[in-house]
Amino acid sequence: MLPIDGIPTTEDILAKAPPAERMKKGAVAMIECWQEIPCNPCVVSCPTGAITMESLTAIPQIDFDKCIGCALCVAACPGLAILLVDSSKEDGDRVSIPYEFPLPEVGETVDCLNHEGKVICEGVIEKVVHLPAVNKKDKTPIVTIKVPKGYALQVRFFKRR
Amino acid sequence: MKTDVLVIGGGPAGMNAAIEAARAGASVILVERQAHLGGQLVKQTHKFFGWAEKGAGTRGIQLAEEWARAVEEHKNITVLLSSEAIGLYDDGAWMIEQEGKLIPVYPKKIIIAVGAQEKTLPIENADIPGVYGAGAIQTMMHVYGVLPGEKYLIVGAGNIGVILAYQLAQAGAEVKAVVDVLPKLGGAYWVHVTKIRRMGIPLYMKHTVIEIKGDQWVESATIAEIDEKFQPIPGTEKELDVDTIAISIGLSPLTDLMYQAGVELIWIPELGGLVPVHSENMRTTKPNIYVAGDASGIEEATTAALEGKIAGAVAAKDLGLTVNDSDIEEWKNELGQLRDAPLLEKLRHGLHKLHEAAKERGLQ
Repeated sequence: MLPIDGIPTTEDILAKAPPAERMKKGAVAMIECWQEIPCNPCVVSCPTGAITMESLTAIPQIDFDKCIGCALCVAACPGLAILLVDSSKEDGDRVSIPYEFPLPEVGETVDCLNHEGKVICEGVIEKVVHLPAVNKKDKTPIVTIKVPKGYALQVRFFKRR
Repeated sequence: MKTDVLVIGGGPAGMNAAIEAARAGASVILVERQAHLGGQLVKQTHKFFGWAEKGAGTRGIQLAEEWARAVEEHKNITVLLSSEAIGLYDDGAWMIEQEGKLIPVYPKKIIIAVGAQEKTLPIENADIPGVYGAGAIQTMMHVYGVLPGEKYLIVGAGNIGVILAYQLAQAGAEVKAVVDVLPKLGGAYWVHVTKIRRMGIPLYMKHTVIEIKGDQWVESATIAEIDEKFQPIPGTEKELDVDTIAISIGLSPLTDLMYQAGVELIWIPELGGLVPVHSENMRTTKPNIYVAGDASGIEEATTAALEGKIAGAVAAKDLGLTVNDSDIEEWKNELGQLRDAPLLEKLRHGLHKLHEAAKERGLQ
């Protein structure tokens, strides 16, 4: 459990997940922000106003229908707590995560890890992009991994072989 | 040397104190022990929380550069690097030692922003090579480009411990475990913890290190689960193959200079131990001495910077210079918002004790 060991439960995860219908339409942001932290870069980064907050310490709320899956919030979040999930394609789901490590090659096969750091499936690196963070001098790499169908809500990191 | 304001410490609090005092027209001497400004920001490679409009999302290392540039832009700030304030003399001189040379400084106002020191772990063999404060490892990595070991145990799962685990993984080291005596996460932001959990770094709560093996250097560490009285439970021991142990069990304010200068200190565990009694304007019980940052109570860099701004502006105001009172109120308001997070209840409790003490002494 999060307050004990930093691992969210299935309920925690489902509470943050976009509706399945929205994920089928294409990439959409999922905000795994669990705690009321004084922080708002995600709100400011969103070009469509999909992310809102009642106060600086509130947990951000997202309107999944307004989200266009641009990933700017993924690059902006200081907690690396936002990712894109996408189940619009038949050949597999896509998960796009902020990645601050030596970058993988596109096409590379990797082991995918869940919230607990356990290997749960194989994935293929599909895309590596550099998006501006809030501080424009800082570019955060975002890596898109192709994972098996149904794994978008579970894969959160990957291990190179 | 004579100056209006002497700022001791070139971290986020000290740099901002110097900038605000200089902006009001004061002459400032800023003393920093290291060869560069920035203080502990150099260890903070993560992006900061806070208001995006005010620099949140910027990494600590970048903030250090930005503030150091702002210091340089003020011609009325003299920066003394590789310099240490070693004490207050009877004639009113604050003695600065710069590479073996003694420089007496006669300031009208003094802002103490010297930061904090890491707490140590009283366990046998904690003094052999391979056992470091977490901050020391960060300094070795980020300032000197040295990774002191390959296989790590981190003791203490607060923000510093879990951020260090992440940085070590980025540097290619293996973190075998992070342990903490508490039954559940205390001060660490959960997002910093989830970052290391999804990478597969093990976290053992209710655990501590009970034995460090090695003669010339660390050869292994044994951890064990502990009971409610913090005693190891027999049979739960695990020996870890590590060569480096990072201790991140907390910080305590550096109060030596304040103690010597006669600033009243008060014991507030929630703020890190002995802290100077001070008002929200950062005035201490000594009329010309102000504090800011971790030296005034352990928090983090964003609040340290705001406290520095307040101390710098209030010191300038006390010199009779013109400052914008609404700026000071705005910084206090921002501090209040940052400290409003539910996670920081313990801190608020400590600050409440501090403000009661300040009120009792009539500090404005």
